Amino acid sequence: MKRVVVLSAGLRQPSSTRMLADRIAEAVARDLDGLGDPAEVSPIELRDHAREALNNLLVGFPSPEFAELLDQVSGADALILVTPTFGATYNSLVKLFIDVLDEKALAGKPVLIAASGGTGRHSMMLDHAVRPLLTYLHAVVMPTGVFAAPEDWGAGHTTEGNLRQRIDRAAAELAAEVHRREPAKAYDMFAETPDFETLMGQ
Amino acid sequence: MQFGIFGVGDLARDPLTGKTPSEYERMKRIIEYAVLAEEVGLDVFAFGEHHNPPFVASSPTTVLGYIAARTKKIILSTSTTLITTNDPVKIAEDYAMLQLIADGRVDLMLGRGNTGAVYPWFGQDIRDGISLSLENYALVRRLWREEVVDWEGKFRTPLQSFTATPRPLDGVPPFVWHGSIRSPEIAEQAAYYGDGFFHNNIFWPPSHTGRLISHYRERFEHYGHGPADTAIVGLGGQFYVREKSQDALREFRPYFDNSQVYGGGPALEDMIKQTPLSVGSRDQVIEQILGFREYAGDYQRQLFVLDGMGIAHDLVLKQLEELGEVVRVLRKEFAVGRPAHVPDGPTHESLKAAQSLKAQL
Repeated sequence: MKRVVVLSAGLRQPSSTRMLADRIAEAVARDLDGLGDPAEVSPIELRDHAREALNNLLVGFPSPEFAELLDQVSGADALILVTPTFGATYNSLVKLFIDVLDEKALAGKPVLIAASGGTGRHSMMLDHAVRPLLTYLHAVVMPTGVFAAPEDWGAGHTTEGNLRQRIDRAAAELAAEVHRREPAKAYDMFAETPDFETLMGQ
Repeated sequence: MQFGIFGVGDLARDPLTGKTPSEYERMKRIIEYAVLAEEVGLDVFAFGEHHNPPFVASSPTTVLGYIAARTKKIILSTSTTLITTNDPVKIAEDYAMLQLIADGRVDLMLGRGNTGAVYPWFGQDIRDGISLSLENYALVRRLWREEVVDWEGKFRTPLQSFTATPRPLDGVPPFVWHGSIRSPEIAEQAAYYGDGFFHNNIFWPPSHTGRLISHYRERFEHYGHGPADTAIVGLGGQFYVREKSQDALREFRPYFDNSQVYGGGPALEDMIKQTPLSVGSRDQVIEQILGFREYAGDYQRQLFVLDGMGIAHDLVLKQLEELGEVVRVLRKEFAVGRPAHVPDGPTHESLKAAQSLKAQL
């Protein structure tokens, strides 16, 4: 069974970031079912691990519990990353978490990016801030990013329909990408160490 | 098994007095620790190397040469010798010279250094760290083992008909430990040559240290140096002991909380649980250290940091006395159940004996 991890960086309860994350996760799970490739979808609230992530950043290694979480992320077949918009970019929880992940953990991994924000005018933050961060880490970022502004939740049927369409399009992209791939292996630095002769030749 | 202390000569403010020792005071005290280390029965003193403040550790062989004259038995080593930014020719010569002065009581631990700016100061680039380690060490080995060397590489001026002087004492080059905390490439290098591998496991959880050491042991066997459990492993540790564990915690905590490496992170108690940081009563600390075997196997060298982080001079001296007592117990306990074929930590004498045995065959 494939594994999809949902990283949600919302801070409050209830959180519109989490609401968006849940809707995207449902759509991805539905589409993978439809492709005959059902997935286990695990939501992670980054806030619950903020202290451990900060400790990892400061001392350079994760606590045993936090190490399991990092392994879960690096071993996932796909990620759904959802952040609130802070200062026209992702919030610091996202960056903190990215900074303690192994640099190679997301290489080649399909990622769907999404964000909630206080105004639709910030919608380009997905392409101007979140996408370059993941590109740097060599993640495979889905072409469609999903930005949800307040009007997407409260306004009439038309705008709600637009959000749903965006979620469906992004979910279909991610599901297709996960479906066509072999199951992911967790990044293992030992497995990838060249032997001595190869090292000397480099 | 060898026990000792190691340090990098950091100049840190004592949070209790607000005072930072001068470079002169710090260096004199470090020499005092080395002399006392021998007196309390330790086997190894290791020092160095940094080339940026707040450290006073730029010239390990100068320090070790002086300590050689003040001591009789203790092995003088480094923690580390920078294989990336030092000229490999000078490394080969400096440590061969130290062998002559110290009657062979010399080995060294190679490290890369992780401060980006230091590399360009010495004409190098941190991104070449692994390649520098590999090429430079390959040259050091040849300079020690071959009388006349012709050599050309990527990083250094070529050599034609070069003889490194002095020659290693008794024709036996100093033993080399390759130190790394997270690079399997260095474990691979140590395994390839059948050299020692040292993991400074302070700051690291056992799961991480264990994997790196297992990797080294497997590769040591792969390269035909003997069974995996005969590979030469060293570990770091940090030590603060009082009769009552509450006293140890209370005295160590201000240094921990204000330290550049621990401060603002996990609580002292969490770090004791998650890493080899040994702070507590004598029995607690002994039990914890004996537990290192569970992930490292039977190993050859255990070094501890006692000073640094601004810890007061008189407390360090007391801790050295404590360590002497603890090591007496550790020697007995580590010997229990240790298979006879697991080698002791290498010394000049043991390497010399092995070499003449090889010559006879």
